Amino acid sequence: MSKKPELLVPAGSLEELKRYFEAGADAALIGESKYGMRLPGDMTTRDIAEAVQVAREYRAKIYVSLNNLMTNSMLEGLSDYVKQLAECGVDAIEFGDPSVLQTVHKLAPQLKLHWNAEMTSTNYATANYWGAKGASRVMLARELNMDEITAMPSSLNIESEVQVHGMTNIYHSKRSLVQSYMTHQGRPVVPGSDLGLKRGLFLVEAERPDEKFPIFEDANGTHIMSSDDICILEDLHLLMASGVDSFKIETLLKPEAYNEIVITSYRMAIEAYFRDPKGYELDESWIEAIRDVQDPERELTFGFFYKEQVY
Amino acid sequence: MQTAEKHMPKYAGKRNRLTKPELLAPAGNLEKLKFAVHYGADAVYIGGQQYGLRSNADNFSFEEMREGVDFAKKYGAKVFVATNIYAHNEDLEGIEEYLRNLYEAGIAAIIVADPVIIETAQRVVPELEVHLSTQQSTVNWQAVQFWKDQGLPRVVLGRETSLEEIEEIKRHVDIEIEAFIHGAMCSSFSGRCVLSNHFTDRDSNRGGCCQSCRWKYDLFTDARSEGEWISQEEARDNKVLEKFRLGVTQLPLFEEEDNAFTMGSKDLCMIGHVPDLIDVGVDSFKIEGRMKSIHYVATVVNVYRQAIDAYMADPDNYVLKPEWIEEINKAANRPLNTGFFYDTPDHEDHIYEPEEKAAPYDFAGLVMEYDETTGMATIQQRNHFKPGQEVEFFGPGGTFFKQTVGTIYDEAGNELDAARHPLQRIKLKVEQPVSYFDMMRKKK
Repeated sequence: MSKKPELLVPAGSLEELKRYFEAGADAALIGESKYGMRLPGDMTTRDIAEAVQVAREYRAKIYVSLNNLMTNSMLEGLSDYVKQLAECGVDAIEFGDPSVLQTVHKLAPQLKLHWNAEMTSTNYATANYWGAKGASRVMLARELNMDEITAMPSSLNIESEVQVHGMTNIYHSKRSLVQSYMTHQGRPVVPGSDLGLKRGLFLVEAERPDEKFPIFEDANGTHIMSSDDICILEDLHLLMASGVDSFKIETLLKPEAYNEIVITSYRMAIEAYFRDPKGYELDESWIEAIRDVQDPERELTFGFFYKEQVY
Repeated sequence: MQTAEKHMPKYAGKRNRLTKPELLAPAGNLEKLKFAVHYGADAVYIGGQQYGLRSNADNFSFEEMREGVDFAKKYGAKVFVATNIYAHNEDLEGIEEYLRNLYEAGIAAIIVADPVIIETAQRVVPELEVHLSTQQSTVNWQAVQFWKDQGLPRVVLGRETSLEEIEEIKRHVDIEIEAFIHGAMCSSFSGRCVLSNHFTDRDSNRGGCCQSCRWKYDLFTDARSEGEWISQEEARDNKVLEKFRLGVTQLPLFEEEDNAFTMGSKDLCMIGHVPDLIDVGVDSFKIEGRMKSIHYVATVVNVYRQAIDAYMADPDNYVLKPEWIEEINKAANRPLNTGFFYDTPDHEDHIYEPEEKAAPYDFAGLVMEYDETTGMATIQQRNHFKPGQEVEFFGPGGTFFKQTVGTIYDEAGNELDAARHPLQRIKLKVEQPVSYFDMMRKKK
């Protein structure tokens, strides 16, 4: 029988972190936007040190996101940051850029490395390549389908992580697209105004009036998110049977109360399955609980789990 | 009247040595390859039948590759193959054989994004050079160093890198740097966009991109957060909201007559800044456009060839010729800008207005022969033309003249009222000497 998978959630503050651990998460992804990517909030290294203490009480893990696209100037502070994270006692670092891999190797070899290149981690051989370079886990691309994902663990030399719930990033530019558009329209954004997560901006494509694509800007550019939320709870047993090591619930752009309910539902499914894999049956109330709090303008879907993509 | 502009060296103080960069051109098919090479490309990059990112392009068979390599060799030019997909498990089988075939076809280098292909190439065909694709979004020197350590002789940087950053990368790492200097651009970090997957179920990172970034969007704000640009009262009778069946809590950040929101970028053009690119040490100037026309490729390559040669011949007296800019504009199908080389693109660097897709000129004929004594040229028809029309002749190195088409004849000497038949050989008198492979273009 495969190992019980971890339930991982990004958290934006110590408060959120506690609530999510309380709801049943056993790992949290945190960090700051300078080095991390699309986090629900910034946490300083002091916060991170405290988060590690909190996590210990819950026997949970703390991972720090350093999977930004690194520029020359960002390299300057990178070494110090990695050293501080090691001192904090975090469990792993999530990276996309090779510069982070090398820095961690050199300065904090005891830290685990999780490779997350977002939409471009699409096959086991490349994941094993990064495994050979020191990564202990791959975060699989959200554009893979169920057959591809469930076939992964047996071919991987490292752990695998899969997003099971929430929205996904579908476009990332270094450009400030909202600011540019408003300036073009002759209504420039007042300097210092927030175009970030709290601003509630979204795009609607001309031919798809029912789909809302959240868009936000931060120091790393412009991010566009999916119009639907993945929810694979119904078929979570397939992922559990395949041996995927970590299930990620994306908490971004959702109220904490919503995320707590989602975490609780997935936690119940995981526990039920591992109590008795053969006798496991989905309890509809787990999904109902999520549907009750789901934004009516955002559909719960299977994402790309069952979609045929062509090229 | 434009005047020639003298180059004000910005990065010249930083330059250690002046190395002539390679001019790398796209070649969507064998014919385009020949034009690119003849018009001055030092190397071309093409797509094969598999593992490339342009599944719609007219990609090369191995036999066509061999023919392309042989043609390029006569000019001392090289052929690279883009194998830059991010592979899925199902794509892994067959990579070895494919790479062996590329090597046997005489391909000089492959352009790769996915490490599994890098590793396979290094194991199976170690003599085949591997260049890291822009799809890896490499924008810092430490990552460049990493790829050098993995045995790669060249990195194509992310298009988000500035000249200053390139200079810094070159200072830290002794490696060939390739940069896109002309053509269309992803406005996202390359590879970090799955709009196509979401809108049309086409996998952008395996060649299915349907350019959703150039579609039209409307921008709204959720009024439950603070609405700064429009009041809720204004929104109540808003026709836009009605159209989208959105409630009054959602406010449009545009007026009905405004241009739509888009991510679509202007195209990159660095013809005005060739010395800066050379001074910071860019080793390969890459032109985008495997889907572009013969006319586009020949025109753009021709201009950059002249600019690079002029600067290398005499850097201190280099001037940007106005005719180079005019030539570039004859092939351009979008407004142009300088990307991230000097600054992060802003509101002036996106295309909000309806796009005029077509370039203003058409390729009308190809010079096959020229008779010095009679001044008659034999032209292969490439588009409709007829007597009385204004045409331009141009060739490698910047030869150029305009004339009006006089009487035209078919090969048997019969006078024609128009050149209507594709690839028909037509004779006409030219006002200046022309050479084999010179091109004749007409205004649309």
